Amino acid sequence: MSVDQATVRRVAHLARIAVTEDEVAHLQGELNAILAFVDELGEVDVTGVEPMTSVTPMKLPMREDVVNDGGYPARVLANAPAAEDGFFAVPKVVE
Amino acid sequence: MSKLTDLTITAAREGLAQGRFSALELTDAYLSAIEPAGDLNAYVLTTPEKARAMAQASDARIAKGEAGPLEGIPLGIKDMFATEGVRSTACSNILKNFVPTYESTVTAHLWRDGAVLLGKLNQDEFAMGSSTESSAFGPAVNPWRRNGSSQPLVPGGSSGGSAAAVAAHICAGAAGTDTGGSIRQPAAFTGTVGIKPTYGRCSRWGIIAYASSLDQAGPIARSVNDAAILLRSMAGHDPKDSTCADRPVPHYEDAVGRSVKGMRIGIPKEYRVDGMSAEIASLWEQGAQWLREAGAEVVEISLPHTKYALPSYYIVALAEASSNLARYDGVRYGERVPGRDIVEMYEKTRASGFGAEVRRRIMIGTYVLSAGYYDAYYLKAQKVRTLIKRDFEEAFAAGVDAVLAPATPSAAFGIGEKSGADPVEMYLQDVFTVTLNMAGLPGIAVPAGLSSEGLPLGLQLIGRPFDEETLFSLGQVLEDSAGRFPCPDRWWE
Repeated sequence: MSVDQATVRRVAHLARIAVTEDEVAHLQGELNAILAFVDELGEVDVTGVEPMTSVTPMKLPMREDVVNDGGYPARVLANAPAAEDGFFAVPKVVE
Repeated sequence: MSKLTDLTITAAREGLAQGRFSALELTDAYLSAIEPAGDLNAYVLTTPEKARAMAQASDARIAKGEAGPLEGIPLGIKDMFATEGVRSTACSNILKNFVPTYESTVTAHLWRDGAVLLGKLNQDEFAMGSSTESSAFGPAVNPWRRNGSSQPLVPGGSSGGSAAAVAAHICAGAAGTDTGGSIRQPAAFTGTVGIKPTYGRCSRWGIIAYASSLDQAGPIARSVNDAAILLRSMAGHDPKDSTCADRPVPHYEDAVGRSVKGMRIGIPKEYRVDGMSAEIASLWEQGAQWLREAGAEVVEISLPHTKYALPSYYIVALAEASSNLARYDGVRYGERVPGRDIVEMYEKTRASGFGAEVRRRIMIGTYVLSAGYYDAYYLKAQKVRTLIKRDFEEAFAAGVDAVLAPATPSAAFGIGEKSGADPVEMYLQDVFTVTLNMAGLPGIAVPAGLSSEGLPLGLQLIGRPFDEETLFSLGQVLEDSAGRFPCPDRWWE
């Protein structure tokens, strides 16, 4: 499979990465090189094979459903680019 | 007495216990060695004040007879690990001012056992690369050079700063991470020992996530015994990582030097890839011969799905990376670039904060997970992964104790040599290492010889799940046979 330039723009938007027009052609070539490389998997017969969900056999551990962390907003916000009144601040989302 | 920085962890531990030098003297020796080594670009941050304070605390504990297993040992830490109050960036501009308010479990274990933090080590951005050239801090440089050449070579990657620092004796050992070969390939390129333990052996909590089903932490060290000492401290159960194994950590040093007589070692015929250099092929045969001489039986085995490991890895890893790196949106941490609205803010922030390789990988991951392609790519790759793991399970069930393979397809290459137009050229570096991450198995890279150009080459041993002990026993046989490989020319001093 290979991607066209419209797909490159769509994927970039899905990934929330701005791309300039100059970058699109370049990215198309690079993405197609990688996709050509993984196309080899087409020849593997996986009939009846379960997809891997856990690489080591283990039961997911359970714990009490209680709050066991938190209560330190200043630490949580310490690296925020913008914060106000104990909250993360972002541009207006709803008009 | 030789320089303190030339002592292995094993020897330094003994010297500290006997009071031949203090932890502070040892740390100061390393801080002095780091100073002139700027051309290696191995450290992206040094923490001399913290290091000296930690060393003084170590001296106090040694005086009280309360020394831990790593008491006073100065270490470097890959920048993937969150270290409390110490900038941790994954060598990405998007995290360039990130100072964690918490400590990763693995590094917390190291400090619990008395180790000293010298600083944070260079790596490929978000561990995406095999050369450390994608670091936002610029490439780390291999201490090794080709015979008669001063051309700078890569130290491998992604844990390239870690491997370079260990090889240059500007830390006693280092903590790295390995998603597709990021501990073992740089170890092989620098004449050091690196082990990626079984998935779940070390906690991933507080390690900046790349591909969660593949990422594991592990040590890079100057000897097999040093690696055993470090892994013993790094490993262990952690309720904060639900995939971290709740099983006791063996005393790995006991396995170093244990007899390998009667062990059965598999040589996978599929690893004889087209175009393998004669040098790598003969190193591999030499390694098999050393294990035979130590009493092991060497047999040919088949791992039929080997050739599909790399393509399926690039689907699984990039899909997981696309999800994991969605968190860098300019809201909770990292750099923000303003936009007209919140979506434009996200897009500009991520376009400016991520480097080219990271943007490329996120986009591929997004594509393979997008509607209409999920089954063809991601689901298919996860099925192939089941087959790759089954290959190993069948070999182990047939009585193979460990597998011997090359660590890398070549010796270290020059900076800029593989960063051309085709990203796949760099991906092929992982051909011998990536299968283990896909199967969750432990693997150790041990230096085994020199190339015709005088560069170190490594062999890799692959073990059963949670059988790192066998790898330490076999690794020591290789080390005893091949000798150790200290860097012969310290041109940066």
